[in-house]
Amino acid sequence: MHPVVEREQLSPNVVRLVVEAARIAKVRRPGQFVIVRKGPGGERIPLTIADNDPVAGTITLMIQAIGASTTELTSLQVGETIQDVAGPLGRETDLIASGHAVCVGGGVGTAVLLPIVKALAENGVKVTSVIGGRSKEWVILEPELRACGDVVVCTDDGSYGRHGFVTQALKDLLDAGGVDAVYAIGPVPMMKAVSEMTKPYDVETTVSLNAIMVDGTGMCGGCRVTIAGETKYACVDGPEFNAHDVNFQELADRLTTYRSFEQQALARQADQEAKGACATTEVKA
Amino acid sequence: MTEPASQVPAEADGAAIPDKTPLTNKERMTIGRVSMPEQEGEVRAQNFGEVNLGLTYQLAMMEAERCIQCPKPFCVDGCPVRVDIPRFIKFLRDGDLPSAAESLLGDNALPCVTGRVCPQESQCEGVCIRTKKGDSVAIGYLERFVADWALQNLDQLPKAHPVLTGKKVGIVGSGPAGLTAAGELAKKGHDVTVFEAFHAPGGVLIYGIPEFRLPKDIVQAEVDRLVAEGVKIEVDAIIGRTYTVPELREEYDALFLAVGAGLPVFMNVPGENFKGVYSANEYLTRVNLMGAWSPTSATPILHGQRVVVVGGGNVAMDAVRTARRLGAAEATIVYRRSEEELPARKEEVHHAKDEGVRFELLTAPEEVIGDENRWVTGLRVSSMELGEPDKSGRRRPVKIEGSEHIIGCDLVVVAIGTRANPLLTGSAPELKVNEYGYMIADEYGMTSMPGVFAGGDIVRGAATVILAMGDGKRSAQAIDSWLNGVWPPVSADAKEPEKAEAAAG
Repeated sequence: MHPVVEREQLSPNVVRLVVEAARIAKVRRPGQFVIVRKGPGGERIPLTIADNDPVAGTITLMIQAIGASTTELTSLQVGETIQDVAGPLGRETDLIASGHAVCVGGGVGTAVLLPIVKALAENGVKVTSVIGGRSKEWVILEPELRACGDVVVCTDDGSYGRHGFVTQALKDLLDAGGVDAVYAIGPVPMMKAVSEMTKPYDVETTVSLNAIMVDGTGMCGGCRVTIAGETKYACVDGPEFNAHDVNFQELADRLTTYRSFEQQALARQADQEAKGACATTEVKA
Repeated sequence: MTEPASQVPAEADGAAIPDKTPLTNKERMTIGRVSMPEQEGEVRAQNFGEVNLGLTYQLAMMEAERCIQCPKPFCVDGCPVRVDIPRFIKFLRDGDLPSAAESLLGDNALPCVTGRVCPQESQCEGVCIRTKKGDSVAIGYLERFVADWALQNLDQLPKAHPVLTGKKVGIVGSGPAGLTAAGELAKKGHDVTVFEAFHAPGGVLIYGIPEFRLPKDIVQAEVDRLVAEGVKIEVDAIIGRTYTVPELREEYDALFLAVGAGLPVFMNVPGENFKGVYSANEYLTRVNLMGAWSPTSATPILHGQRVVVVGGGNVAMDAVRTARRLGAAEATIVYRRSEEELPARKEEVHHAKDEGVRFELLTAPEEVIGDENRWVTGLRVSSMELGEPDKSGRRRPVKIEGSEHIIGCDLVVVAIGTRANPLLTGSAPELKVNEYGYMIADEYGMTSMPGVFAGGDIVRGAATVILAMGDGKRSAQAIDSWLNGVWPPVSADAKEPEKAEAAAG
């Protein structure tokens, strides 16, 4: 059992949870993830470890409520528990040791990016973070990233920071020159756009792939992705890969496999909540 | 309807059965082999309930009378864990179920499991003396009967109170090899901890073998019995990530690595990453471990209407029969050799046929076909014929030119085997592995790291539950000897008798 010791709402659908997991907190490296299962009958969900505190024995998870299972996790309160937290899984990030890194985060991807930004800054690398969201309320972790270097914020509606997509801001940085590496984490279309943008500049670009997984140990092969024409498993060979080798079209496509199930599950959840609300009303009446 | 084994008549309790005149061997030879009561094919293809219902008390007693108690029983030699088969059958025949159970459990840590999933026809039953003139004794059915009785009457079995040794043994993997070793070592008084990567123990018994062949509450009960004997289980522990082998070696006096052969093998044909192509590992794990057979499961599964399963082993049969139960109108096995070479247990093939599974034999996949949204619509295949025997002794399938055709389907499950997972070995460079990544162990199961033993699929390659259990049992003997400072072990039980032959399994 893993109690939640801290909870913070970062954006309308992203929650930060600090969870007890002493062993993982001790050995985890940036870029690695865990698989969590809330309780009996629950789904196994891969989540990047955003931070760890080996002394307190806790890890930090940033969760975006998209499906029924992630919504269950984001509604957890302090004192409640997650039954299973398995990890750390995946390979650690290949960090550059010096120079200038541009780190691009979109949506909840910014949370996945944070540990990489921190580790780079600790290495003495100059970091410029470029983060985006639909509008101001969807921009997360700006202060934490600012503690590690420059931050450029972009919003789709111009309600905060630059008006427009992160790729435009990235282009300006690439044109200015001196960028040694780019790390980009976010929705597949964003990572694809970043990859296409950096390629002509010949800048080494790393992306983190959020493929569908069950076990996270290489056993099911559900997370297979095509890298430079070869099948790889995101869970054990990744989750991070050289962006210029990734078949993003295939990844985007495979991520839609369970779309209709996800919609049904959300509808069921909403239905149950509605029924629950009715039951409460009846009791009150 | 048949009555479950739990409802045995009152006289079956203890040894209080009235004296009866023993049958002569000649009389025994006239009794025909019992048939296993089972759910009807068409009915069971619609549910996940167990197919084999188990023998009734009367059927079991009648079958027990068929054993002629050979003085030199071949069946024991045919059993990878060397269960003293005539002994437990004799107790059963005498109506002494507690003694039958004690005898069986003393030899086999997971008899409820092996009674259901062992390929008896090629082991104990295959060498039974009665096969010379007809059918063997139904040893597997009797094992299951006694084991199921034991599970429900634990209070009638003597409790073991081993002297605690204070020695700590770490076991990696809670599949059949790991659980068997855990049981044996706990019996000898060692302090045993089993590490499991998944959230539930049992390994392939939980994620792989379906409910209709091995109910999950049976596996859980076997695990619970080990826990009651003092075995500790740590789930969510991935060795190679959560802990490394050298770390564990420091903390434990000996280790047994039994992680299985975890990586799925794919066909390596175009279109394999289309939506609607699963490895058997993923398909079965979603259904069995994650419970996706239930419509309200949090874990989704694609329900194909026309499902093709590529492969001919037990895993392929499990997958194709699962597809039928998930509502597939058409469920087809595509296998590149002929029926004779199907590696699956005979009973599984027979059950699959009863359930309406189609067999496209001498057929090999060439390409997965998909629509514009990259959903599977078919499998392009070629017909094969059998040529000269290959290294395995089986005749090699050869493609018939111009025989290509498409089998229409909306789901493809690939069940053509597994290979070694490098996750654990990658964290311990001292562990020697062969060119395929399987661990190298000596005749006592010891790896290149002193005090670190290995067994099951990670040593022998994909094999069976019972061979893995045999490794677990032998390695436990060897580990016990190692812990007692006796090396090499004196006991013959610690040594693999025919290593070369087992490797071919």
